[in-house]
Amino acid sequence: MLECVPKETVEHTVGKINPAKTCQPIGAMYASLGIHGCLPHSHGSQGCCAYHRMHLSRHFRDPVLATSSSFTEGTSVFGGAANLKTSIKNVFEIYNPEIMAVHTTCLSETIGDDVATMIKQSEVPEGKCVIHANTPSYKGSHVTGFSNMCKAMVTYLAQFDGGARKERVNLIPGFVNPGDMREMKRIVHDMGIDFTMFPDTTDVLDSPLTNKYEMYPKGGTTVAQIRDSGNSKMTLSLGSYSSDAAGIALQEKCGVPCVPLDIPIGVKATDDLIMALKKGFGVKVPDELTIERGQVVDTLIDTHFHYQGKRVAVFGDPDIVIPLTEFLLTMGMRPVYVLTGTPGPQFEIRINKMLDGAGITERKVKAEGDLFDLHQWIKQSPVDLLIGTSYGKYISRAEDIPLVRVGFPVLDRAVHPLMPIVGYRGCMRLIEMISNTLLERRDRDSLDEDFELVL
Amino acid sequence: MGTNCGSSAQTVCIEERQGSIVTKGKSKSHVSCGNDSLAGSVSQRACVYCGARVVLNPVTDAVHLVHGPIGCATFTWDIRGSLSSGSEMYRNSFSTDLRERDVIFGGEKKLAECIDEIVSKYRPPAIFVYSTCVVGVIGDDIIAVCKEASRVYGIDVIPVESTGFVSGNKIVGYRAAAEALLRLIRPKEGTKIKKNNTVNFLGEYNLGGEKWIVERYLREIGIEINVAFTGDSSVEALKKAPEARLNLVQCTGSMHWLASQMEKEFGIPCLDVNFFGSENIATSLRSIARFYGDDQVSKRAEELIERETSMLRPQLERYRDKLRGKRAAIYVGGAFKAMAIVRQLNELGVEVVVVGTQTGRSEEYQTLSGMLEDGTVIIDDANPAELERFLLEKKIDVMAGGVKERTLAYKLGIGFIDHNHDRKDALAGYEGALRFAREVYISACSPVWKHLRQVLPERERQ
Repeated sequence: MLECVPKETVEHTVGKINPAKTCQPIGAMYASLGIHGCLPHSHGSQGCCAYHRMHLSRHFRDPVLATSSSFTEGTSVFGGAANLKTSIKNVFEIYNPEIMAVHTTCLSETIGDDVATMIKQSEVPEGKCVIHANTPSYKGSHVTGFSNMCKAMVTYLAQFDGGARKERVNLIPGFVNPGDMREMKRIVHDMGIDFTMFPDTTDVLDSPLTNKYEMYPKGGTTVAQIRDSGNSKMTLSLGSYSSDAAGIALQEKCGVPCVPLDIPIGVKATDDLIMALKKGFGVKVPDELTIERGQVVDTLIDTHFHYQGKRVAVFGDPDIVIPLTEFLLTMGMRPVYVLTGTPGPQFEIRINKMLDGAGITERKVKAEGDLFDLHQWIKQSPVDLLIGTSYGKYISRAEDIPLVRVGFPVLDRAVHPLMPIVGYRGCMRLIEMISNTLLERRDRDSLDEDFELVL
Repeated sequence: MGTNCGSSAQTVCIEERQGSIVTKGKSKSHVSCGNDSLAGSVSQRACVYCGARVVLNPVTDAVHLVHGPIGCATFTWDIRGSLSSGSEMYRNSFSTDLRERDVIFGGEKKLAECIDEIVSKYRPPAIFVYSTCVVGVIGDDIIAVCKEASRVYGIDVIPVESTGFVSGNKIVGYRAAAEALLRLIRPKEGTKIKKNNTVNFLGEYNLGGEKWIVERYLREIGIEINVAFTGDSSVEALKKAPEARLNLVQCTGSMHWLASQMEKEFGIPCLDVNFFGSENIATSLRSIARFYGDDQVSKRAEELIERETSMLRPQLERYRDKLRGKRAAIYVGGAFKAMAIVRQLNELGVEVVVVGTQTGRSEEYQTLSGMLEDGTVIIDDANPAELERFLLEKKIDVMAGGVKERTLAYKLGIGFIDHNHDRKDALAGYEGALRFAREVYISACSPVWKHLRQVLPERERQ
């Protein structure tokens, strides 16, 4: 199946074949859903909105509502102002959200719609608000869109009231699953630190089935909380691609110092998060977390021979792949191919530095790549394991290499959005997934005479 | 208006939408349809490009190159569920990945280079080049680029004019796809068409292998499929389409126009068929046999119908017993599909009380209405709030729809049957009818629903 990638190296410089990224608006839509009572709005034609809702629904297996400006041919000639004004009116009259988060599409960007001005000229009901982010699809990736919407939350909403700083940390969690956000919140909570996390998609996209449909589930950061984030003592922005822009904006606008960190995937990144909190608030690390950390190290020792030295290819969003690669090195694996579809120079710099440090010299690292690239590398020199999104399954099948599904999107496996890969518990889960995948593979491949009960 | 919109009837008070919702028997007027969606509403509709892509994508050995920013290609990458007996080329996702620079300076050069690279890597028999929203705005002349590439490489490089914003209605994209197909199959001037006795099967996309089921039936009664449009088709097979004697049209929404063009240009008459549900299958087989006017074909068709229905009937009866009195809602892309599902649900003793489509046409809604009981709600271009209202109001047990409706139904504790791209099992033919029945049963009668209505024991004690 899908044996469409030639083994010999072929020139591939224009366009993308089997992309490892998608466009900005879907990231913006996901971030918007992390505000309580928010209705995301796609300023463009209907197709984009339908695609993004469908894709998010498939990944999270929960309803995703969003409205569209429903552009038609006339709109693209005369501009989208009338459509946006009508949309704002209709959205508040019909769906009555607390807040409407508008993101642009390639169409509205290309015709040059000035959304900020259009919002200013629209009638927004008392007590409600409309924010917006520019998310041209022909720039960056879905991660950029997420980042732009997080930044918009700050620029539109956050305020510093001028008083004493509140003993509270702002957490910008990065483009991760609700299960990850829940775990991050637990860690900060266990450390006894007051926090505001935004965006927060827990209880929105992992909401329980109650026999009642809530258009605005109980989760999400409230507008008031985002507004008050300007009074916090510090911000931790997790993931430079998805969260730094908002953290920096908050520092500039409200003077909240921002500490940039990686998304806490793996021991080191989790340690960094906990130490930053400890340092910032002078608290003690609770026993519970110390025990968990010890369990991770214990598990790594117990299982290292399952995976140590194995060659692995990793792909996905940069903020996930960077700390994940670090953790794979901690595990003793050899990440020989590391790729993201998202453009930006930091990725290659950081990964190359890590791999240099680990002495992995024969490797390929690429930002703004696609899965055709990855597939070609693997054809030329195979790996033992592939880690990435569901889109890796084509390579997995064609080359008969097991795939561990991590990141966005995962469209063909169950329960993943609820289960964390962050924090020490996330480390356990990653070890479990990687070990067991390799062990299952070993069982499957073993000859009758080599088949053993204990591995 | 609308203070508690998420969960009450308030949501349906969008005035502009009143005409799009009718109750059979109560409302005198017909459903208003084919309008643009309201700005600021949550529509389930997609775009013109999407319509074109779903129709053309099952051409298995062609390269489908999406000229636009990355999203359009990503979101349509292998989502169709069409199976292939040969090439897997169509399952790759090709995009020109337009960047800011290209939007400013134009993307024609990049498109041409992309085609060059694709031809040198793959030598495909054809490349479909889809235009997207941004390409429509910046005005890239994809027709010229395609023409030049066709000339240079001697293969079919076919522009698909599917700029998304032209309409919120996928049907416009179906037409763009049909025009591209026509361009592909039209014989060169002076070529004489050799007629044979086969049929083309239009509007069949081989989801879960459905084309193969029908192919088996037709073969049994003595009729060969020339080529399906477009399920499991190849460029070479499509080019032989003008040779067929008859066009069978299943999905009329996507293929009606093409069928009428083929009648005009190649003199191929067409016949509407439908292989979903035993009644539809029997009717279709009989009308095909009638067209051929061959006693042997008729005889074999009757034998097949008798054999299969007598096997199916007792099995369906088991499900009927469990499903009797259940109430269903349908919200799907086209009216053809809605009608087929209504018949199948009725066969199972399930009462259909809500029916809606994204792209139904007026005359189709009339036919649909004729199949429904008084009191049934008929909706065009429904938004989720409306669907939610009727799902609750009409006490629905099971809903048939696509991925976006699935999560909504589940949240309301309602069973669900996928009749769209997420479906993996063939629902055509007698075996498909049985599978459909089973799916309705396991969803509507899942033991999980019982837990949903229970509270935690601890909470009960408090």
